[in-house]
Amino acid sequence: MSATALPLRLALVGNPNCGKTALFNQLTGSRQKVANYAGVTVERKEGRLHSASGRSYAVLDLPGAYSLNAASLDEAITRDLCRGFLPGEPAPDVLVCVVDATNLRLHLRFALEVRELGKPMILAVNMADVARRRGITIDLAALQRELGVPVVETVAVRRNGARALVERIDRLVAKPHVPRTHLAETADHGAGTAQALHEETRRLLSAAVGMPTRTARIDDALDRWLLHPVFGLMALAVVMFLIFQAVYAWATPMMDAIDAATAWLGASVGAALPQGPLNSLLVDGIIAGLGGVIVFLPQILILFAFILALEESGYLPRAAFLLDRMMASAGLSGRSFIPLLSSFACAIPGIMATRSIQDPRDRLATILVAPLMTCSARLPVYALLIGAFIPQRQVWGVFNQQGLVLFGLYFAGVVSALMVSWVMKKWRRDKSEHPLLLELPSYRIPHPRDLLIGLWERAWIFLRRVGGIILALTILLWFLLSFPGAPADATMPAIDYSFAGRIGHAMTAIFAPIGFNWQICIALIPGLAAREVAVSSLATVYALSAADDDAAAQALTPLISDGWSLATALSLLVWFIYAPMCISTLATIKRETNSWKKMSFATIYLFGLAYVASFVTYQVAVLLGAG
Amino acid sequence: MTLTELPHRTQAIVDSVLDLGENDKIARRLRELGFVDGEQVEVVAKGPLGAEPLLVQVGFTRFALRRSEAARVRLRPTGGGT
Repeated sequence: MSATALPLRLALVGNPNCGKTALFNQLTGSRQKVANYAGVTVERKEGRLHSASGRSYAVLDLPGAYSLNAASLDEAITRDLCRGFLPGEPAPDVLVCVVDATNLRLHLRFALEVRELGKPMILAVNMADVARRRGITIDLAALQRELGVPVVETVAVRRNGARALVERIDRLVAKPHVPRTHLAETADHGAGTAQALHEETRRLLSAAVGMPTRTARIDDALDRWLLHPVFGLMALAVVMFLIFQAVYAWATPMMDAIDAATAWLGASVGAALPQGPLNSLLVDGIIAGLGGVIVFLPQILILFAFILALEESGYLPRAAFLLDRMMASAGLSGRSFIPLLSSFACAIPGIMATRSIQDPRDRLATILVAPLMTCSARLPVYALLIGAFIPQRQVWGVFNQQGLVLFGLYFAGVVSALMVSWVMKKWRRDKSEHPLLLELPSYRIPHPRDLLIGLWERAWIFLRRVGGIILALTILLWFLLSFPGAPADATMPAIDYSFAGRIGHAMTAIFAPIGFNWQICIALIPGLAAREVAVSSLATVYALSAADDDAAAQALTPLISDGWSLATALSLLVWFIYAPMCISTLATIKRETNSWKKMSFATIYLFGLAYVASFVTYQVAVLLGAG
Repeated sequence: MTLTELPHRTQAIVDSVLDLGENDKIARRLRELGFVDGEQVEVVAKGPLGAEPLLVQVGFTRFALRRSEAARVRLRPTGGGT
């Protein structure tokens, strides 16, 4: 095999928070591929690096690890890949071990573990600029001599900050590697080896590193306020409020624009083509389906811009620190908070945001309860029903009764989520202690390039992985709603004759005990695509022609307030607290857990909860005379 | 004394990490993170509810530990003044 046929493989390894990903971005720019390792939901990032000497490298950014004694799936992937044991992944030719120059006590110990693998290796002492500013002196020559591997300084966030590293890699691969182990190999990986690694780390530090203080003054000052029991929580509330506002308010104009663009495109295409099934497939199936996918992008991008900035700056783990106790008592972890908060806007970005939760059990619990947060798509349904059935009047002089009901619906969602996660905690088989052991890294100013690359990755994952499933299901739904067509002498709306209409009529057998009539049942089917569509579907079923959701709701209000009992309306409101029928959310759960089983579990438990709660609401309301 | 009993903003030296049960992964991880004989530690902050979790400075790093995790870390007895 010729040397040019396959690029040499570099792997970046290092502790979490060592600036590894920033260095990866610096080395590879936008030439990156993000996927998952085969069969697991651990992110695999690969990029290309072309050195000045003309060599080409495939660079792999391995998951951050504190030790090769893996304690998580991420760490197991890193361990197996470094050793060349991961199926389908060739062993890397050179390991670039990245250490944070300001955190050498922790990171050098891991570097020693990596050195023991006996592979060609370079130590990249990253964030050298920050270290210098803090007065930390590192004698690179002494470190290289004592460590026995090449050592270079890098500044991942500065242009050309990795040039020395690339030159050193070029020189290293040009000559053959002589494997050797440095510490005496002990048969067991017990306490003896662990202690030896720590002693070696201390020896290296005293030989090569001068550290005036153990911490940065800015970290001490910020933590004093941001982790304060009172001021810290207040600051967190402000941050949360900002995120919630941004996702909820800033995204709306963009989402409206996307909706309008979709409608315009649909109308143009519809007018250009002759009437028929092809026209309908294009307009109502594909264009509407694609629009339904893209419309989520503004919220996803805004939310992730915040989350990435918080994560990079070091604030996210601090928020987790403040909230851990509260969330842990409900069977979640401090890190669950931001994904759950985001789910108030939309469960899809919320579920995608659970990637910041490392512990798989906590992550799954968060994913499963995220759909219970009242997303913005439920608001049109709430608005319609509350407007039609709840009288507008003052309660205790200050509160509006309609507002109180709306608040009650949001509150019920939160309480249900806490109860569900608490019950899952009691029932799950794995009752072992899952540690917090959360590092609170130094505060940093996020680099725009790293934020942009991160955002681009999220958008891409959503469009490629989730978008495909949503689109396919939307087209299936279109088929059910459109075929067979209404006969020429039809007296009822066309939807009544379709498969969906027949299914809706059949569904009444199941839904009668919770007070749903056949019109509601039919409207629930297109509501699968997006909950707010249920409103316009109701309008279709009642044979109304309305331009949009708002107009539909206005025209519907008198019809349903005459036609439905209060018990039915309350039951439907409660149904939507749990509302399991959002295929986009289910598609995201499938994608993020990589498991049909977990997605089915989420569907069934949400459906069950919705049914039981609506049943109780309806029956109690009927007993009280609201039937 | 264990790390949970260490007063706020007081420096102490680690003696060892206790294994709770056989093959205690949390104890092993604590050792890997630097909680080993002779290392200086300090509790720099406590969570707002029930003083949980603890924020512990060890080496040049800060870790948030729940009390059950911190209870595994045994400290050297302090001699008088320190």
